[in-house]
Amino acid sequence: MSFLKVLVIDDEPGMRMGVERTLDGEKLEFFGTDLVEVSVASAGTGAEGIEKINSDGFDILFLDYKLPDMNGLEVIEALGDRAKDLIIIMITAYASIEVAIDATKKGAYDFLPKPFTPGELKIVTKKAAERILLARKNEQLAHEKKQVRFEFIRVLGHELKAPLAAVEGYLDLMESKTLGENIESYEKILKRSSVRLNQMRKLIVDLLDMTKIESGKKDRKLVELNLREVAENAIELAGPSALARKIKIELDSPEKLVMKADSGELDMIFNNLVSNAVKYNRDEGKVMVRLEKLEEQIKIQVSDTGIGMTEEEQKKLFKEFSRIRNAKTADILGSGLGLSILKRLVELYEGEILVDSVPDQGTTFTLIIPNKE
Amino acid sequence: MQKVKTVLLVDDDQDFRIQQKIMLEAMNFNVIEADSGSAAISLLENNNPDIAIVDLMMEEEDSGFTLCHNLKKRLPEMPIIMVTAVASETGLSFNVKTREEHRWIKADALLEKPIRAEQLQKEINRLLQG
Repeated sequence: MSFLKVLVIDDEPGMRMGVERTLDGEKLEFFGTDLVEVSVASAGTGAEGIEKINSDGFDILFLDYKLPDMNGLEVIEALGDRAKDLIIIMITAYASIEVAIDATKKGAYDFLPKPFTPGELKIVTKKAAERILLARKNEQLAHEKKQVRFEFIRVLGHELKAPLAAVEGYLDLMESKTLGENIESYEKILKRSSVRLNQMRKLIVDLLDMTKIESGKKDRKLVELNLREVAENAIELAGPSALARKIKIELDSPEKLVMKADSGELDMIFNNLVSNAVKYNRDEGKVMVRLEKLEEQIKIQVSDTGIGMTEEEQKKLFKEFSRIRNAKTADILGSGLGLSILKRLVELYEGEILVDSVPDQGTTFTLIIPNKE
Repeated sequence: MQKVKTVLLVDDDQDFRIQQKIMLEAMNFNVIEADSGSAAISLLENNNPDIAIVDLMMEEEDSGFTLCHNLKKRLPEMPIIMVTAVASETGLSFNVKTREEHRWIKADALLEKPIRAEQLQKEINRLLQG
């Protein structure tokens, strides 16, 4: 439960008591779930009210226009920046358009003409409270978003630092000639250094891709593409690494399967799927790429005969930097961003990704994308 | 001739293991490697290392701590050097110098990554003599 602090500044004791009696201890309900308890304090003069606001802090201020020591507008002026943290509701029997405009200009949020009923007071309070609660919620959301961002940067920093540390370590060994004068003795550590640097490059490229997807929607150019051709390109690109490990890639697709999409994005989707299917395959394994036109959707399916995943591993699959680390993946290079990029891309097309995987048998990724022709 | 001493090296970072192994072999040690706490424990079945070098932050966050406890249970006399990048990464700083710290951290020395050969040699010499 959260709390809402209300202050009444009015020189009439009856008015102060009335507001206290109506609102103090009142529990307001918002958005079906949030319960807010109201507490009320009061002041009889402008000066007393200002002092209370400065020392205690309030959320809502019911402010009488005509006070013994100053008028309501002067109170708002005297509050200065403090007024911005308050929802100010003017209460006055002398409501005139001029006063209303002036007060609003100075930061008043609402008006409550005297005399008012407890019901009217509650309605005005509830309206103001709703605004405060929304602001609080937005603040919280912004805070959470910032936290997610920080966490991402923290992990990213770690992922970028790790390969640097590894290469640095190898350079130290070379510098101190730990393995002697013969350059050939250093073959293994030179190879590991270049592996780690390649991994770092891949991470940076993936990161740039991801940033492009998130920021560059204006650069999207949706044109009619033949998915078969996109798939063929991706297969060709994965060719050399598949050949090196005797992995066969097959394509099952109609001659023409047209979809309106951005060609760069679609390349990324297919390259991602096909290269993963090769990377996580066993030697002499198989990759099957299937394209199918359903009634109002397009189905893209890529299966491999590789190492597969447990259900536990599948759950972490699309989270940034959550590379599945086990003995089987230890020597496979990856940035840990590939699948979160894939997910973001598929979301751009309002599609969904289904994963079906059996450890040591293989994995099938199925993309279902609405076909908007 | 002095018997060649065996170092048990436990780290889930392949490159760190390669580097440590090169350094240790240059210092005339025999090196046995494990990439996890459980792999380290199973190595003890057929090996009797003289000293262990254990990474604190492995896949399960505190597995270095747990492994130290388990190693000390099996081989109470074997000194353990714990290595960590923890201070530079989390700002968390601890040591194994006071009695209180020793109660909780079952390592005999703590080294910060990156580790220099001279530093490693010095710690190993100290612990194997003591």
